[in-house]
Amino acid sequence: MGTMIKVGMADMNYCHAPDAITTLGLGSCVGVVLYDMNAKIAGLVHIMLPDSTKIRNNDNYAKFADTGIDEMLRRVVQAGASRSAIKAKIAGGAQMFAFSTENDLLRVGARNVEAVKEKLSQLRIPIVAEDTGKSYGRTIEFYPETGELLVKAVGKSNYKI
Amino acid sequence: MTSSLVCLNWEEGMAKLELDSMDSVQYDVLKEIGNIGAGNATTALATMLQVKVDMKVPKVALLDFQELPEILGGAENIIVGILLTLSGNIDGMMMFVLERDAAHSMVNMLMGQDVPLDAEFSEMEASALQEIGNIITGAYLSSLSNLINMSINASIPYIAVDMAGAILSVPAIEFGKIGDKALLIQTEFGEKDTQVNGFFILIPTLDSYNAILTSLGL
Repeated sequence: MGTMIKVGMADMNYCHAPDAITTLGLGSCVGVVLYDMNAKIAGLVHIMLPDSTKIRNNDNYAKFADTGIDEMLRRVVQAGASRSAIKAKIAGGAQMFAFSTENDLLRVGARNVEAVKEKLSQLRIPIVAEDTGKSYGRTIEFYPETGELLVKAVGKSNYKI
Repeated sequence: MTSSLVCLNWEEGMAKLELDSMDSVQYDVLKEIGNIGAGNATTALATMLQVKVDMKVPKVALLDFQELPEILGGAENIIVGILLTLSGNIDGMMMFVLERDAAHSMVNMLMGQDVPLDAEFSEMEASALQEIGNIITGAYLSSLSNLINMSINASIPYIAVDMAGAILSVPAIEFGKIGDKALLIQTEFGEKDTQVNGFFILIPTLDSYNAILTSLGL
């Protein structure tokens, strides 16, 4: 068994098999895993907001879908992943409170997911699996050895995507 | 024990107050808002549950996002979050956050029942919690409203029972728009015999924050 590497809110990291990488309690944030099955390397970034260009204080790359995915890609390639072999799995982007969605403030989960998909599409990185939206929080664990993303949610059995 | 906690939120360039360099007067003002708001909320809680509820001196803390779930027992700790959106002279959000055990003991006290503290919440219990949140946050906001002499309209309360990290992501994202830290004004109050832990999180927008400071003559 390898080590479990923790990634916090608005943070990123990567690991090599047999280590695994996790982020706890994703709500409206989105966890994006970029991985290379051959090199058995996986990076995880915990994104809070869709667009760095809309925010003045944008020094923390990991906080935004656009800069976070770019930087995560750069780091996993630097760590030995092959750019053309990289695939993605994503989870999170829930709407934690059941509001009418006219309030823009509260639709941020859905906007985060849209922004992540758009960025991955621009970079031509295929999304192999996703578990996004809905109204509940998620803890995710990614195992580069098998390419499996384990999702844990309150009151549900764990499942793999 | 219950805690109340106020998060204030403002943007770069405009606020008189910098997140990383607050002076002692600004700290005192934030503490006083916590003090007055939580004082009223505590009284409302005590009246509703018909128990004595003590209150401690508010604490003001600037936390990294990573540290934020730790105040509620860690990112995966299951909590109850009751959220209201604010409009009027003050825009933003307010949250009332309780440990699951605390939420159950409060509902048990209110409804005269003895449901196990780790049970799922029934629809009736969830609406009782929303009502508790409504009354307590109402007391908090009306005292703030009187203090600054401006109207604050709150939405109906929305409730979520989930991991602390997931629930706190909602206010954290609002703070994320302006920086990498959240400012908390935490006031602890509670009754000795019942395990009641909770927080108030008040998140005005930048304009609202400036309005508060201005109205207080700062």
